[in-house]
Amino acid sequence: MVKRIAKCSVLALGLLFIYTPILLLVVFSFTPATTLGVWEGFSFDLYIQLFNNAKIMNIVKDTLLLALFSAIISTVLGTAGAIGIFYSKKKVATTVNVMARIPVINAEIVTAVALALLFAAVLPDKSYFTLLMGHVVITVPFVVLSIIPKLKQMDGNLYEAALDLGSTPTQALFKVVVPEILPGMLSGFMLAVTLSLDDYIVTAFTRPTGFETISTYVYNSIKVPQHSALPQLRALSAIIFIVIIVGVIVANIPKDKKRKEKV
Amino acid sequence: MKMHFNRRQLVIPYGLFLVLFVIIPLGFIVYYAFTNGSTGAFSLNNFIKFFASPTSLSTLLLSIGVALLTTIVCLLIAYPVAYILARSNFKKKSVLLMLFVLPMWINFVLRINALREFLDLVGILNKAHLFNTILGMVYDFLPFMILPLYTTLIKLDKSMLEASADLGSHPVATFCKVTLPLSMPGIVSGITMVFMPTMTNYVISDTLGLGHVTIIGKFIEECFGARSDWHLGSAIALVLLMIIFVSMLVSGGFKEEDNGSRGAGLW
Repeated sequence: MVKRIAKCSVLALGLLFIYTPILLLVVFSFTPATTLGVWEGFSFDLYIQLFNNAKIMNIVKDTLLLALFSAIISTVLGTAGAIGIFYSKKKVATTVNVMARIPVINAEIVTAVALALLFAAVLPDKSYFTLLMGHVVITVPFVVLSIIPKLKQMDGNLYEAALDLGSTPTQALFKVVVPEILPGMLSGFMLAVTLSLDDYIVTAFTRPTGFETISTYVYNSIKVPQHSALPQLRALSAIIFIVIIVGVIVANIPKDKKRKEKV
Repeated sequence: MKMHFNRRQLVIPYGLFLVLFVIIPLGFIVYYAFTNGSTGAFSLNNFIKFFASPTSLSTLLLSIGVALLTTIVCLLIAYPVAYILARSNFKKKSVLLMLFVLPMWINFVLRINALREFLDLVGILNKAHLFNTILGMVYDFLPFMILPLYTTLIKLDKSMLEASADLGSHPVATFCKVTLPLSMPGIVSGITMVFMPTMTNYVISDTLGLGHVTIIGKFIEECFGARSDWHLGSAIALVLLMIIFVSMLVSGGFKEEDNGSRGAGLW
């Protein structure tokens, strides 16, 4: 009994540590006070200000589109890459895997600086393209990593069976292999979106002048004391926290049920 | 037109992409690191400049110190949490784990800003720059320590623990001689997930250290910004890269089976 209480309190303290700042921000996003901790009555003022702030709304849209585009590119490139690696000779597979490992293990600042040097050398200026490629570099290895296990689980004879039954390699690929690895592609895609939304450093080094994502905008606003947008960013953060917390919980419920059914 | 292709050829675009956007950029770092800024000739000056300057050396030492402390604190918090989650018979184990790793999905700048507002409310934002920085690092990287530890501990063969108990070991001895050594892969993977990013994530040190804590990542960023010394910045980046490579070789991080803990378990 004592043991159980001790265990529970360790977990509770951990969760308290993680969620106190988040909860506080959410709570105080519902009062118009500019400083956190001052309660000036319940209101949606900050949310109204946020939605009327065309600049922030634009940044949110740009951030989401960037995440979407880079995740689409990463998923297409990564799916092809994963299938290619899976069927390649060991030497080729190892070479590609080691190359793909570099952005995963590398410090983000090194990846960012390296890309900035490349772009400075071959392009007149940074552009949306350089930013997009920056995001693909940091996300595509994770797409491949989520697809490879699905390929390993797949029955290797399926593809050959499709060919024997008269389908072309392209048909066999799209009608047999792709449906088998679709869950991996989806989780890879979601992971790519998450990583793109989370990124600051690579974005800062590859973005064209004037282009802001939520990360760069918030970071630059924090540095300015008493920045007028900070209270509104509280509302924005609250929305993002709630959307993600609910989203993750919803996404995990079916997984949980399936696990139970298996048991 | 009938398209004829070999499945293996699908690796080509990915391989080319990696050569173009991963390998060649690293080549640029090497080139800049070993050349002189004004003449473009081969030189080791950038490295000498870095290692001979007290400011940059103290930055490096401070980064290592911050990273070490962060890693240790993360480990001290994450191990009991992961251990309890993995070994207990809580009904909602997976939900609890999810709550602990959920911050991974939330933009880290927003989370750090939330912590900044919290510290401001408590009143220590302006007082304890180094403490706040380390707290922020722990806050940000804790899930990346919990997840690999949990994955290792949950796979741990329970019969080993029973065998140890049957043979008369005290639970503490069992923990030290069986559980801990068997959870080493998780510890190593957690450390690699936390240590390097802590040395370089200058967003956290800037936001919570209010510019009083300069870590090596910030130093590199300054070389490409205010200092405008790309050669020196590249040299430091190369040093970091070497440290990462060596630590990866030692910890076996290049192995394929280790599926990059950052991705594992997400979604």
